[in-house]
Amino acid sequence: MEIDQYLGVFIEESKEHLQALNQNLLELEKQPENIGVVNEIFRSAHTLKGMSATMGYQDLANLTHQMENVLDAIRNQQIKINPDILDIVFDAVDSLEEMVLDIESGGAGTKEVSELVSQLAAIESGEAPLQAAAAVAEEPVSDTSGLILDEFELAVLRESEEKGFQNFYTKVTLREDCMLKAARVYMVFEVLESLGEVVKSNPDVSQLEDEAFDLTFEVLLVTQEPKELIEEKVLKVSEIDAVSIQNFFIDTYKHIQDEGQEEVTASVDEKKVEETTIEKKAQQSNKTIRVNIERLDILMNLFEELVIDRGRLEQIADDVKHPELHETVERMARISGDLQSIVLTMRMVSIDQVFNRFPRMVRQLAKDLGKKIDLQIEGAETELDRTVIDEIGDPLVHLIRNSLDHGVETPEVRRELGKPETGTIKLKAYHSGNHVFIDITDDGAGINRKKVTEKAINNGLITKEQAAIMNDNQVFSLIMQSGFSTADTISDISGRGVGLDVVRNTIESLGGTITINSEEGKGSIFSIELPLTLSIISVLLVEIQNEKYAVPLSSIIETAIIPKADIMHVHNQAVIDFRGRVVPLVSLKEVFQVPEVKEETDYYSVVIIKKGDKSAGLIVDGFIGQQEIVLKSLGNYLTEIFAISGATILGDGQVALIIDSNALIK
Amino acid sequence: MAEEIVQDVKVIVFQLKNEEYAVPVTQVGSIEKMEHITRVPNTESFIKGVINMRGVVTPIVDLRSRLGLEETPVDENTRIIIVDLDDTSMGLIVDAANDVVDIPVDKIEEAPQVIGAINVDYIDGVVKLEDRLVILLDLRKVLKFHEIEAIKSIES
Repeated sequence: MEIDQYLGVFIEESKEHLQALNQNLLELEKQPENIGVVNEIFRSAHTLKGMSATMGYQDLANLTHQMENVLDAIRNQQIKINPDILDIVFDAVDSLEEMVLDIESGGAGTKEVSELVSQLAAIESGEAPLQAAAAVAEEPVSDTSGLILDEFELAVLRESEEKGFQNFYTKVTLREDCMLKAARVYMVFEVLESLGEVVKSNPDVSQLEDEAFDLTFEVLLVTQEPKELIEEKVLKVSEIDAVSIQNFFIDTYKHIQDEGQEEVTASVDEKKVEETTIEKKAQQSNKTIRVNIERLDILMNLFEELVIDRGRLEQIADDVKHPELHETVERMARISGDLQSIVLTMRMVSIDQVFNRFPRMVRQLAKDLGKKIDLQIEGAETELDRTVIDEIGDPLVHLIRNSLDHGVETPEVRRELGKPETGTIKLKAYHSGNHVFIDITDDGAGINRKKVTEKAINNGLITKEQAAIMNDNQVFSLIMQSGFSTADTISDISGRGVGLDVVRNTIESLGGTITINSEEGKGSIFSIELPLTLSIISVLLVEIQNEKYAVPLSSIIETAIIPKADIMHVHNQAVIDFRGRVVPLVSLKEVFQVPEVKEETDYYSVVIIKKGDKSAGLIVDGFIGQQEIVLKSLGNYLTEIFAISGATILGDGQVALIIDSNALIK
Repeated sequence: MAEEIVQDVKVIVFQLKNEEYAVPVTQVGSIEKMEHITRVPNTESFIKGVINMRGVVTPIVDLRSRLGLEETPVDENTRIIIVDLDDTSMGLIVDAANDVVDIPVDKIEEAPQVIGAINVDYIDGVVKLEDRLVILLDLRKVLKFHEIEAIKSIES
């Protein structure tokens, strides 16, 4: 089908819009008065509706359509936002997300949404006018709706209420093709005046006469006649599309207005917050184009070719000693240096991509756990290589869940401890040197050292003697050992058997490290340190006979030259005593079956590598030096090669293989 | 006029030992001179290693060794034919490659059974061109693509 070619774009954009929906809904929850946010949400929903209808996903389109209606009503201040409405809208977004994911995995994107649709429809129609009055009250500066009653009008209404009159809030909608709006208004007013007394209209009478309104106007009417009669009579006026009449109670109005005023004062405090969000928005709306990551890879490859040739050219220029050639080559080198940094930064994406799903997740989890959580995000604009971004999401989800579940206490406990009921989880990302740091800080219970050591001893991870001499950091890192969970009860959120050890493994496989700091009763900090990019890593180049191999620096403890005589054997395994530890030796020559061309010497060059707490010594023939290299895959054809994780191209254009040291440690 | 149009396949002809083989030109990316090959340990014996082909790490297969012929030392005629199959680039070491020939499709015959005692599945057909006999190779089978895919499907 022709549409297939747009499917990828559709999924990609749908996801973006869903993300925007989630984000803006959370924003709206914080500041329900912010019509700008509603507009954003409306736009996303609207686009989503259009796209899904075009692509023929009917359920998706139906649900977004109904959601759009609700949002439109909110936007036009016919409905006042409340947590119930937001919950339903959130549910709707969840369903949308499920459908999009279904489409992505090849499904038809269908889902039973009729209940949600009807819920949304109920919101849209239910109690709208009364709520509108409320919205009006909360937006005193807005000129679109000015149903603000002064003392006099209130007095009139109160008096009429006491005398047994009824106050009706009447909303009249003219037909779209209505030609003489002012005339119709006049006729409606005449009808209304004949039935009772018009206390207030919005817009006011002079504006109505000038036709300075869209299609609807609102009137407060004091009358003794029944609703139905008023409705019937008003509808007799031609070119009237709809009339809705609701009882109007002063008490409700006042109550809502008071609330509104409170919120007005509150919003002054929020002004600063709003300003920063506006700033952020401006940043996000930078003009971008979508580029396939493959093309960037190709660009990178071509660029590396260029760098290798540049090296050769420099060599030639040096040999020839031609000043003009030399000058040109130098300039080219400078330009290609700039180009290199641009190519590298092009592959960088902001960590916001990962962070932006957390507010939603935390909201839900906090609800499920009955905890109050304030999630603060800092440094979402920090950039990381695409490859790292793709991998870091899951570990972070796990850590945040962990903080929520085991870290932050329930509101009751917190109150008893004299802490604010709302716990804080802070997510902070920042650059430092060639690394990116991500800190997850909570002000929860912290880690109980005693509990951890007891459990570790029970599980046979450490001995009592070891426990006594371990420092806090060592103890805390125990919770990242496999099969460790300190929560007394296994909960659905994070205690599912797969513990923090998975997190640590993932982070280490990315060439990063994770450390834990904690103070009991005050909270914990999980700090992740990650390399900026996975495509460029630091390695130690080593020689094995005539072949060159690269060992990632991240897995090297140190290098050493060891006399042959120092080698001992345990169960046929060559080992050395290295700084008081027995370290097994691995001959890379044997592992890689390197053809022998050199004579053996009396000394071995050994690279000591680590994997978690284990270590091993790799016997090589010589160290060449440390180098930054570009990581390349061996392609689809050569997969699963033992102890080789990839390849790189050296300055002379030759390929060197990168050793997967993890595979060499049993 | 229409009857005179005979469909041709453009092929690259290369030498292995005394025989001439061919692969469709559409599968060939380029033909390179022999260069330094980085050996990849613990792979099948016919995989000689990898080279840097314009920034892409490309595996190199010794076609002689793959087809059961004895290996020869590299000389100035030795070439690496870079082929592209299913988005994967590979290099094939051949004795020499210097010919591009149009083969009419109707001249391609099935491989005669006498070619080998063992059943070789990687021969697509043979073509007689005047005094030459050219063997058409099915590269997917030569490079054991099906086996690799089988492994992949087991893994996933």
